[in-house]
Amino acid sequence: MLDEIFRTTVLASAIRLATPYIFASMGETFSQRSGVLNLGVEGIMLLGAFASYYTVLETGSLVLGLLAAIGTGLLMGLVTAFVSVTLKAEQGISGIGIYLFGLGLSEMLFKRLVGTPTHVKGFPKVDIPVLTDLPVLGEVLFNHNIMIYLAFLTVPLSACILNRTTLGLQIRAVGQTPEAADAMGISVARVRYFTVTLGGVMSSLAGASLSIALVNFFQGNLTAGQGFIAVALVYFGAWRPYWVMAGAMLFSTVNALQLQIKTIESALSFDIPDEFAVMAPYVVTILTLIIASQRVEQPTALTKPFERGE
Amino acid sequence: MRKFFVAALLVVLLAVAALPANHAEPVEAQDTFRVAVVMPSATNDLAFSQSMYDALVTIQEEMGEDNFEFVFQEGTFVVDDAAIALREWALEGYDLIIAHGSQYGAVLEEIAPDFPDVSFAWGTDSDTFGLDNVFAYEAASDQGGFVNGFLAANLSESGVIGVVGPVEAGDAKLYVDGFVQGVAYVDEELEVNVNYIGSFSDVALATEAAEAHIANDADILTGSAQMVVGAVGVAIEEEGDVLWFGTQANQTELAPEIVVASQVYHWEVILTDMIELIQDGTLGGETYSINLENEGLVIEFNEDFELDEELLAEVDALIEEIIAGDVQTLPEEDMDDGEDDEEMDDEEDTDGADDSDDGEDDDGEDEESS
Repeated sequence: MLDEIFRTTVLASAIRLATPYIFASMGETFSQRSGVLNLGVEGIMLLGAFASYYTVLETGSLVLGLLAAIGTGLLMGLVTAFVSVTLKAEQGISGIGIYLFGLGLSEMLFKRLVGTPTHVKGFPKVDIPVLTDLPVLGEVLFNHNIMIYLAFLTVPLSACILNRTTLGLQIRAVGQTPEAADAMGISVARVRYFTVTLGGVMSSLAGASLSIALVNFFQGNLTAGQGFIAVALVYFGAWRPYWVMAGAMLFSTVNALQLQIKTIESALSFDIPDEFAVMAPYVVTILTLIIASQRVEQPTALTKPFERGE
Repeated sequence: MRKFFVAALLVVLLAVAALPANHAEPVEAQDTFRVAVVMPSATNDLAFSQSMYDALVTIQEEMGEDNFEFVFQEGTFVVDDAAIALREWALEGYDLIIAHGSQYGAVLEEIAPDFPDVSFAWGTDSDTFGLDNVFAYEAASDQGGFVNGFLAANLSESGVIGVVGPVEAGDAKLYVDGFVQGVAYVDEELEVNVNYIGSFSDVALATEAAEAHIANDADILTGSAQMVVGAVGVAIEEEGDVLWFGTQANQTELAPEIVVASQVYHWEVILTDMIELIQDGTLGGETYSINLENEGLVIEFNEDFELDEELLAEVDALIEEIIAGDVQTLPEEDMDDGEDDEEMDDEEDTDGADDSDDGEDDDGEDEESS
């Protein structure tokens, strides 16, 4: 019985729960690999979630909703890059500013333009011929909506860009030794603008994955701290896309297990305290983070604004 | 210059961010009763915070805008932010300051003694900290939960019912326990799966909890607190195969096709009494409870959802039995607390101050809660 629960319900749940984390943390990986810590992910997620939700509510078009999220992410990414790269602001503080801005503005717009939570028709589940009908695997892996597939697709794509392309090499160089990159003729500012803006778009898509694909509602503070967890997952995954995804899946799987705690209890015939179930995802994350921090080093120039000639 | 620019930009960003949180309109009139309230979620959450907002609007309509003014700070899930607002309002001399959320209890206990001439109220909890200027309030939500459970058991075809709870504390726990008891009252063989997701705000997790219930064949769902919109969304996607029961506010608006009934909190029933006491010079020391008897709890049906007349009559009779105390709405182990509550309800319309300090069990202080 436990085997069945774990294979189907828990894993399918974990995949859905991991989706916003993967979008946001992939974007943040790019940003951090180039040396910019963006703590404003949560705020951009909220704005992306609202922009896509409101667009779908008004037009009924999911494509327009997605475009609205991309546009919002682009704009917020540029603002973040302007503050962090051009103005060279303290990244931790400015990120909190972006977060508070997103939190407040999304809530205000929601109150003014929508009022009370209203359901929208989000992305439907996509049946993939043959694959969806596979026993067990079909239900776990191939019974989701397009945003979920898109999120997981960004992982190999990110790994490929970072590790196998010239752009990836430039991003890593800028995050590791910006002075050397600059001396080689790479524009540190341009690379960082690109990564931070990309991070903005991905964060916004993370928000949209909640409001028009998974939850299909919007309300104030919809993301409830997921953006901050996404930032932590980048550290957790040691700035490597596949490890970041593994972290997101681990966190989400423990969360999904928590939802099945009663079934697991009855199958095992003993009580697991609810408090333990609730704290388990965080405990697992912290422990793994401690272990991970022993073996990897963060990008040397992370959080350090680049000043030519310094 | 650049630093100035950065600072100016941050100030603008923070100012915009703060916009929705402040609706304070200072009141000049001396005899106007002024209330300030801090709450964990939005005033339009169709749940806990909205129930208080609606109550204050109702009182304002009854007393008139010249006689009653209120300000509020919504979405205050950070307790320290609430503490700043509470202290500021106390300094400004509001007549009643409400901390609407059990997580605010610790800060209120610290702040209230500094302002002995200002009246505070908080809930849901029964603890007034032994202070003469603190009222406590709670909801006997197990009663409406029981009624919802009774209805759910009568409507379920699969025999499986799912409950999405936040944190196992306060009125959410009472509601869930009452609901489970109500289902068992009809048929003990029915399966009620309860999930406490450990959060009052994690909509994504609430969504997944509902998915898990439906995967386990649930055809009726219910849940408490502001994160349930996610669960309602999942129920809507089932296009009529899964029904929803609400609590705290009337949730018909969320999903008119599938909401059967909601237990609605009418805090105005007890707030009116508090206001009268404050105007007479009593600033606190009493614990209040809303329940079916004092009509602080009302079962509101979705008019567009057709229910059998016979079943509706049974619900009316059941409500009468609950009010009369003939039906046990909580499981045995919870009854001690429940009985205390009932006694307080009987006394609440009198001056019998009940500054009980025994309500430690439902002190969910980890995040926004009810």
